[in-house]
Amino acid sequence: MVPIGDYLVLSAVLFVIGGVGVLVRRNPLQMFMAVELMWNAVNLTFVAFARQYLDMAGHIFVFLVITVAAAEVAIGLAIIVMVFRKREHVDVDDLSLMKG
Amino acid sequence: MLSTVVFWIAAALAVSGAIGVVATRNPVHTALSLVLTMLSLGVLFLLLHAEFLAVVEVLVYAGAVMVLFLFVVTLLMAGVKPPKEEHHLRLAYQTLIAGLFGLILFVLVLHSMTGAGWVGTLASPGAGSFGSIASFGTALFTRYLLPFELTAVVLLVAVIGVVVLGREQE
Repeated sequence: MVPIGDYLVLSAVLFVIGGVGVLVRRNPLQMFMAVELMWNAVNLTFVAFARQYLDMAGHIFVFLVITVAAAEVAIGLAIIVMVFRKREHVDVDDLSLMKG
Repeated sequence: MLSTVVFWIAAALAVSGAIGVVATRNPVHTALSLVLTMLSLGVLFLLLHAEFLAVVEVLVYAGAVMVLFLFVVTLLMAGVKPPKEEHHLRLAYQTLIAGLFGLILFVLVLHSMTGAGWVGTLASPGAGSFGSIASFGTALFTRYLLPFELTAVVLLVAVIGVVVLGREQE
C-alpha cells in the first residue's frame, strides 16, 4: 500500500516543475503546456484525497476541472493563434502592445 | 508489493515527463513529454481507484487536448525557427530566479503537508466499490447533477468564444 503522502509529494513536485516552466519558457505554447501540467498535478491531489476519505466528491471535482481545462485550452489556443498568426517569432516578450 | 512498484515507476515517468516539459525547447517534444506525464498520471489514478478518471485522463487529456496542442504547434511553427531563448530573456538570471521560486514553493507545500500530518499517512483501507464507474455515475447524476449541467454552459461559452476569436480579423 502506497502512503497517501507520496501521492501528495509527487503532486507538489509536478506542480512546482510546471510553475517553474511557466516562468522560464517564453514560447506561449510551452507556457500553456506547463500550466496544463499544473492542472494535472492538482488533479492528482484531488484524487489522492478522494481515496483517503473515500469520498466521490474529489472525483467529480476532477471531472469538472478536466472539462474546464479543455474549454480553457480551446479558447487559449484560439487567442494564441490569433495573436501570433502574422509574426515571425512566437515569443510572449514581443507582446508589448499594452506596454506591459 | 506490486502497487508500490507500479507507483514508483509511474511517478518516475511522470516526473521525467514534467522535466521534459520544462527543459525541451522544441514545442513538439514538450507536447510529447506532457503526454508521457498524463499517461503516468492515468496509471496513478487507477492505483487510487479512480477508474473513470483514468480513462478520461487518457482520452480527453492525452488524446483530445494534446492533439489540439499539436495542431496549433504545427500550424504556428511551420517554417518558424524557435527563438534563441537566452537572447530573449528580459530579466537577468531568469532561470535562476524561477528555480529559486520553485524551491521556495516546494518547501512551503511540503512544510504545510508535514504540518498537517499527511506525509507517510497510509491510505484508508477497505475501498470496496469506491471509485467504480457505477458509483461515479451515481454521484455525478444525483448529488452533483447541477454542477454537471453547468459544465454544459461552460463548454457552450468556450465554443462561442473560439468561433468569435477564430474569425478572420478585418
